[in-house]
Formats: sequence, C-alpha cells, structure tokens
Amino acid sequence: MYAALWRMLPGPWWVRLLIVLVLLAAVLFVLFEWVFPWVDGIVDQNQQGTVGT
Amino acid sequence: MSRADAENVEPRNRRHRVSLIGVAGELLLTAGVLVLLFIGWQNVFNSWVLNGQQNGAAAQLGKQWLDESASPSGGGSSSGGGSAAQTSVGPAANIPVEKSAPANQQPIAVMYVPRFGTDWKRTVREGTGLDVLNSSTAGVGHYASTAMPGAVGNFAVAAHDTGYGSTFLHMQNLRLGDKIYVQTKDGFYTYAFRNYQYVQPNEVAVLDPVPREQSAQASDRILTMTTCNPPYHTVERLISYAVLESFSKTPPAAIASVVG
Repeated sequence: MYAALWRMLPGPWWVRLLIVLVLLAAVLFVLFEWVFPWVDGIVDQNQQGTVGT
Repeated sequence: MSRADAENVEPRNRRHRVSLIGVAGELLLTAGVLVLLFIGWQNVFNSWVLNGQQNGAAAQLGKQWLDESASPSGGGSSSGGGSAAQTSVGPAANIPVEKSAPANQQPIAVMYVPRFGTDWKRTVREGTGLDVLNSSTAGVGHYASTAMPGAVGNFAVAAHDTGYGSTFLHMQNLRLGDKIYVQTKDGFYTYAFRNYQYVQPNEVAVLDPVPREQSAQASDRILTMTTCNPPYHTVERLISYAVLESFSKTPPAAIASVVG
C-alpha cells in the first residue's frame, strides 16, 4: 500500500521524500486540529474531575 | 527466455503485486500509530497547548481586575495604606462576598496555587460542564450550587487532572498549610490547605456547606477542589479542602510578582 504510494510519486527519491513529508505534515495537522478533538468528545463522556455525574 | 531474463524485462510487474495480507498489515500498523498519536495528542500536546492558553487568559483577567481595583483610588497613595491591610477571618469578619449569582461560563475568580508551579494560575468560570473545564480560557469550574469565594460555607471548584491543560495534575503535592490564592474583582482571598479525601465519583456531599455533614450549620469559609484520581484515570475523585485565612485588597506578597 505505502510502497504503491511511493511508486506513484514523481521525481527522484529526494523529491518523493519531500512530498511524503509534506503529506505527513498535512495529515498530522488535520488529525490534531479536527479529528482528535472530535474523537475525544466521543470517547471521553466521563466528566472527569467533577463529583455527582 | 529464462526466468532471469523475464525478471529483467518486467521487474516492475513482480514488485507491483499487492497482497491482501500486506495491505491488512499496513492498515493495522497505521491504526496502532493513530492510537498512539491520539494518546500523545491528548495527554501531551493538547494539554501543553491549553495549559499555556489557560495560564495566559488567567494572567490577563487577574491583571485587568487588579488595574480596575487600583484605578478608582487615583494613584493609590491615599487608600493604599488602608487597603493593604489584611482582614483576618473571624465570625464577624468584614470579608466581601459576591451576592449575585453568576451566569454559566462567567469568570468569577482567578486561582493561584504556588505548589502547582510558581507561575500557575487559572480562571475559575461558573459551571462544571466540559464547556468550562475544556475551555482555553478557563480550566477550573465553579459548582453552581455552592458558595462564592470568601463566603461562609463551601466554595467548590472542579478541574481535570490530566488532559485539557492538566489543571489539577499536581493536586496530590499539596501539603498542610499550603496557600491557595483566589482573586476576584474585590481582592484576594488566601486559603490554607487542610486535608484530602478520596471518594467515589457520586459523592456529592463533599459540596455541602460543611462537607459530608449535611445537617451541620456552616461557620467556616471553605474552599473545596475536586479532580480525578488516580492521575490518568477516572475511577475515584481526589478532594482537597482549604480554609480561608485572610482577605486583602492588594496581592499577597507571595504572588505579587505573578499577578498581572
């Protein structure tokens, strides 16, 4: 899967590496900014820290 | 044509074959990395970011209240001498207490706990929902049913121990007599840490005017802090009680450099 992605990328190895790093940064940004906060709201329903809930 | 020749002619065909099991393996590895990333985000990255934001928001509000209380006196020298005096706590002590009930999310106080860090401060907002506890401009929530800062009875607040600023992560470091400073727009309330209790999450009696003594008549001015126990888990609650020691219009010496 990832090998196929690597082959699909154009250019010499260092261009591919650059593209992969940019893609990784973009994926991490989306995860940290939107996906993880959304998941956290779903999995952490316990009102941790308060009593009586 | 030998087998070796065939590989030389079409080496890519052989490498392009994607096995089902290979893809499944890569997906599983990806899922594992995602879970680790999520835990890292939750407990390190997000907590670190929000700690900074919550600290900054509290510093801003503390400075604003300090400036507002200083400005009407015009220079401060005329009233400075009198207002700097501390009001100690007695049965008839003249300690200002906010009378009106605040709206949900309204900032009611700024807390300073040197034991949690010399620069540690948090805005206390009304309500203990996640809209307050997870907020970048709060972190500590005031139980709406409980007393206001300085009042006879129980001023009770809650915060996360881990995640979303990890506000009360170091609660178990409190030692007998440790000062907890609560600033409102009226001034500074100095509480002294008294004791811990470890309770079940449904133990709402810790919020009573006299904690866990429902029928008792309140005479002390108590600060109660609740958080999860143990750290990183939510099975129990760690409760810290502190008692009001004094009130002053101006910042107590111990936090004078931290306020504003």
